[in-house]
Amino acid sequence: MNAKIADRIATAVFVLIALLLVFILVGLVGYLMWRGLPHISWHFLTSPPAFSEAGGGIGPQLFNSIYVLFLTMLLTVPIGVGGGIFLAEYAGDGWLTRFLRSAIEVLSSLPSIVVGLFGLLVFVQYTGWGYTILGGALALMLFNLPLMVRTSEEAIRSVPRDQKEASLALGVSHWRTITSVLLPSALPGIVTGAILTAGRAFGEAAALMFTAGMSSSRVDFTDWNPFSPLSPLNPMRSGETLAVNIWKVSSEGLVPDAREIAAGASALLVIVVLVFNLLARFLSRWLYKKMTASSS
Amino acid sequence: MDCVSEVLSGEATHQPRWFGSLGAPQALQERLAERAQDVPAVKAETDVAIETRDLHVYYGKNHALKGINITFYKNEITALIGPSGCGKSTYLRSLNRMNDTIPTAKTTGHILLNGEDLNRPDIDVWALRKRVGMVFQRPNPFNKSIYENIAFAPRFHGIKKKSTLDDVVEEALRRAALWDEVKDRLHESAFALSGGQQQRLCIARALAIEPDVLLLDEPAAALDPISTAKIEELLLDLKKRYTVIIVTHNMQQAARISDRTAFFYEGELIEYNPTHKLFTNPDKQATEDYVSGRFG
Repeated sequence: MNAKIADRIATAVFVLIALLLVFILVGLVGYLMWRGLPHISWHFLTSPPAFSEAGGGIGPQLFNSIYVLFLTMLLTVPIGVGGGIFLAEYAGDGWLTRFLRSAIEVLSSLPSIVVGLFGLLVFVQYTGWGYTILGGALALMLFNLPLMVRTSEEAIRSVPRDQKEASLALGVSHWRTITSVLLPSALPGIVTGAILTAGRAFGEAAALMFTAGMSSSRVDFTDWNPFSPLSPLNPMRSGETLAVNIWKVSSEGLVPDAREIAAGASALLVIVVLVFNLLARFLSRWLYKKMTASSS
Repeated sequence: MDCVSEVLSGEATHQPRWFGSLGAPQALQERLAERAQDVPAVKAETDVAIETRDLHVYYGKNHALKGINITFYKNEITALIGPSGCGKSTYLRSLNRMNDTIPTAKTTGHILLNGEDLNRPDIDVWALRKRVGMVFQRPNPFNKSIYENIAFAPRFHGIKKKSTLDDVVEEALRRAALWDEVKDRLHESAFALSGGQQQRLCIARALAIEPDVLLLDEPAAALDPISTAKIEELLLDLKKRYTVIIVTHNMQQAARISDRTAFFYEGELIEYNPTHKLFTNPDKQATEDYVSGRFG
């Protein structure tokens, strides 16, 4: 077999693999949409779930998902970027750094159900909080930190060294070099890491079942004081998220339209994740432009 | 140098071979002779800008610089030449302590700027780098606007007022002979400039912090001949205000613009003399061999 034929065969195989991937993606998303979209309505999105009759919605769950995600990102991004900065710019090559790296590796390979059980022990029982949205966000932070640290470190390291040297040679301090030269250039990479993290957090069920709980406490959507017990913004209430709800209604749902609700919620989940991705991409490009060619 | 084939063919002449490739050897020789009177072998103590005494640099176990003593005079251009790996760039980088950014590097000896030893461990390297500016081989503008590239360091060093910053930016760009080309697009990305313009922007950036000494590490190596000529012209102009030290691979360039030349070989300073002497009547055989293209 000569090189030309081998090359053609290899190309064909790779094209086939690529097509297969696209087919799986399109098929999956298409099926979810076909099954789920007909059930999504304004009523479905805004009403609370029903107990035994058909026609319940997923309003609180949708809100909880977004709120848990928001709290998770609020915790994960600063700590993750900080860790990335430390590993890329300050950590030497000593045993401590190596230990830290393997700790991060281990943390990132933990199954999410284990993180959930750890969260149950610490954020639910040890603290005495019970099932809380905050506990769920903390568990998700543990779950997502390794990814955030690693992508931030990669993004900072990928900034050409001569950029850093240029800044240091001007007598600018290391810290200011990091914040004003390295981070703006690394921003698209960091935002990509945050998107991956957010996608994982939004779809995560196992880590949240035992931390944020499988029931949505009664909330009053007219009360936005985070300290009031009925407020949707109160982080100390239990809050079932969309992904947990999908798992719950399809495994033990008592309502007659459990399948439809699960399908609708799944489609919604996928749509929200897609919208998030697009938004974050847009945001990253906008921020990049703003930070690199600012007219201060 | 591309003299290997000539060396191999054994055509030995006394005329330095690179003269031939210049096109106007006569002009260059005249220029060298013309400047012979302006550059005495030794100048008064008050004319000293920066000097090193017994400067050693180690990269791990590698002894990269072996006890270098050079005295640089104010308002002169000094060229550092030598084959790749001879230590000339290492030497240049030690003058503003940029080698500190390499973890394995160790520098011993004295670097005296106006009588102050810059190599003391307690010296404020940020303040020092403000006095000893540096331009690198590859143009490395920040990923920012033209204006921000220049305003960044002065702002860090304490200039906050917008109108003052505007003046600093304009003055630096004028000195780097770039103002007329960019004054209408100060807030566009610096990456939109040509390579030669980017390099002049980097020079302007270094000038904006008002250094006493300007270090340039092969500033024209990545540029086309026209851009190179512009940079050389600029350097001849800049020496009226600054002390310029330039590393170059290009011996024509050293001969064209420098007042003094230091020849490095294998981490040692072989010869340091006024340029006309070093190129026409060097003290050392090795220097003659190098400048006439017999090795390197």
